[in-house]
Amino acid sequence: MLLQMEGITKSYGNVTANRNVSFNLRKGEIHALVGENGAGKTTLMRILYGMESQTSGEIKLGGKPVSFGSPTDAIRHGIGMVHQHFMLFPSFTVAENIVIGREPSRAIGFDRKAAAEETTRLAKRFGMPVDPWKRVGECSLGVQQRVEILKVLYQGAEIIILDEPTGVLTPIEVKELLAAIKELARQGKSFILISHKLGEIMEVADRITVLRDGEVTGTVNASDTGEEQLSRMMVGRELVQLGRSAAALGEKVLEAKGLTVRGSKTKPLLDGVSLNVKAGEIVGIAGISGNGQSELLQVLAGLLQPDEGTVELSGQDVTGASVQRIRGAGLAHIPEDRYLWGVSKEADVTENGIMGHTGRLSKNGILRRGKARSMVAEWVERFGVKTGSLDTKAQHLSGGNLQKLIVARELAQQSPFLIAAEPTRGVDVGAMEIIHAELLSKRDRQGAILLVSSELTEVLKLSDRILVMFEGRIAGELTAEEATEEKISLLMAGGKAVG
Amino acid sequence: MDQLFDVSLFASALRMLTPILLAALGGAICARVGLFNVGLEGLMLIGAFSAIVGNYLTGSIALSLLFAIGCTLAFSLLFAFMSIQLQANVIVVGIALNFLALGLTTFSLRAIFDVKGAYYDKNMVGLPKLNIPVIEDIPWLGGVLSGHSVLVYASILIVAALHYYLFRTVSGFRLLAAGENPTAARSLGIKVTRIQYGAVLLCGVLCGLAGAQLSLGNVTMFTEGMTAGRGFIALVATMLGQSNPLGVAGASLLFGFMESLSIRLQGFAMPTHFTLMVPYVVTILAMLFFKDKGYMQEARKSSGSSR
Repeated sequence: MLLQMEGITKSYGNVTANRNVSFNLRKGEIHALVGENGAGKTTLMRILYGMESQTSGEIKLGGKPVSFGSPTDAIRHGIGMVHQHFMLFPSFTVAENIVIGREPSRAIGFDRKAAAEETTRLAKRFGMPVDPWKRVGECSLGVQQRVEILKVLYQGAEIIILDEPTGVLTPIEVKELLAAIKELARQGKSFILISHKLGEIMEVADRITVLRDGEVTGTVNASDTGEEQLSRMMVGRELVQLGRSAAALGEKVLEAKGLTVRGSKTKPLLDGVSLNVKAGEIVGIAGISGNGQSELLQVLAGLLQPDEGTVELSGQDVTGASVQRIRGAGLAHIPEDRYLWGVSKEADVTENGIMGHTGRLSKNGILRRGKARSMVAEWVERFGVKTGSLDTKAQHLSGGNLQKLIVARELAQQSPFLIAAEPTRGVDVGAMEIIHAELLSKRDRQGAILLVSSELTEVLKLSDRILVMFEGRIAGELTAEEATEEKISLLMAGGKAVG
Repeated sequence: MDQLFDVSLFASALRMLTPILLAALGGAICARVGLFNVGLEGLMLIGAFSAIVGNYLTGSIALSLLFAIGCTLAFSLLFAFMSIQLQANVIVVGIALNFLALGLTTFSLRAIFDVKGAYYDKNMVGLPKLNIPVIEDIPWLGGVLSGHSVLVYASILIVAALHYYLFRTVSGFRLLAAGENPTAARSLGIKVTRIQYGAVLLCGVLCGLAGAQLSLGNVTMFTEGMTAGRGFIALVATMLGQSNPLGVAGASLLFGFMESLSIRLQGFAMPTHFTLMVPYVVTILAMLFFKDKGYMQEARKSSGSSR
């Protein structure tokens, strides 16, 4: 056994994040760690990586007890971590990002050429090609992920912790990453993989440990289990299979015609997109990210001016109108980038919760904080947002919990039209179930929903109609009945619809 | 116009450039570690005053420079302690430092020298002037480049040294890393706090030299508030030069030239109050034309939209 963590308990005051957790890792193994948001996965890994120290329990590396006072200690013992939020320097080159901390040097000079050569050598050996001289800020997220992994390999890591590594990657990048992990494991590296995506875990993991409320509910071999059993172990109850009732279509709520955004490139970012969403239906948009979905959403939400085309919402022309007017006309918006559009990191949970609701919550221009708090408290309860208190700053919440708060806030608008962009990005299965159920119930109450997701399964599960975007255009439209993953994938890659 | 753009105008531009450049380099190094030092003006003023005090007490140029540096170091340490250790807002600390410096130098002027407004003593020695052997004999160029105080030449060497340090050495690389993403730098075992202290203290040294050039370079005297906004112009030069030593040098050159031009224009029957505006008007214009597309903003943007 390469690594053993035995009886780890971690308490913060009277909150116990890990209770008597035992976890072990073999050489060359990919061991997945799953659990809902706040189940204690991250805490456990922070302890292993020297960022926190356990209240009790023991860590053994190669049979010898160890304790790490800092990440530097952990790195020295061959433990590397790829954080969920990349720890990269965007203005530095790929090679600089990889060698930082252990730079090749001549006298006091930083030998950048040697760094680049070393990077290329490393990239070749582990089969993860990168351009050493490119600035990291200009690299795609997939390449940035690769840089993170190469960095820990350069530091000499034998055990690599990956925290939600596929959250922001495109399906192709995910495939490449999973293949790279398997190859590295074959070469003798060991992985601890934290992920919400059970499909990916079933694909690469050898063993899976499930955490619930800070305790281990079991460790199983991937070959002996399935996604359903894992979900049950994570949530602690049966997940309800959501049935979708037949759509009862109403009036057109949103009607967009010929939307075009030229941008600075030769190809338009959005090229004559027309679509409509009726009351009582969920229209899903599938596509590899970067094919115009973001621009479409921003135009519909009033964050970007279209060069051509019109948008009508609830019968009003809102083309190029202000966000306030569009929201007034009946829009709620779960934005795709929760930190950029969704929350203010500095503000607390209550303040983030009441954004967009202040009109209803104030009297003569004075905010009624008591009412605001009870409203937000109710959402926190219903959506299971794990937060210290209502006064905790948003930046201290995990991404998944923030997402739940945003979804709750936007659903509470009870607007006729809802844009749901990546509504379940980074949230656990239990919360995903709640969010999906809420979206469907909004639809059943004659709400119109435009769903954009990079998760095909999500699009397939919820949508009544599916539009596939490719290079700024609608490449095809499928009804829920005729849509299959294969057909959509083909359209996403620019192929023609068949059948 | 021939009389306007003559040798002595360009020569004086070089002299005016030096204090701005030295302080702006200090500002740049602070900005690179993520601490925007608004206190340049105050540090420079302390440098100018303490250089005179050192001169008065010792009569030695080397000792008065060291004394000036020592005093600015002490106040930089205060700035560093407040903003790094106590996590106070850097802008507020910087502004406080400026007021502290103005009040303290004015008070000390009365307490030590028992004068108001300005102190001058003909026994004090100014910074030595260097005549560069070959260049001084070249007709026009010699007049512009030769015969300045040692600090004028030193400042140019410091630009080169700082550029080499930041972009060619391992230590400089880590300094840049600490400024761009302190969390990531810390996770790699880079001692961010130590680097920040080092940067602020280096800035103190540079501001001490800037002040000494001001009070001992051209004239050998101290007047109340003699920095007269040069620290703020240096701050603008820092931003305009995007905290890159060469860029900062270019921006400082522009401001130095404008300052000497404004002095020169007074000899051309222009109202003094109008000519004194010139450097500041140029500063505002410069801010309009060069938007701060700094690397720091880039970094902030990408970290803001991580997931």
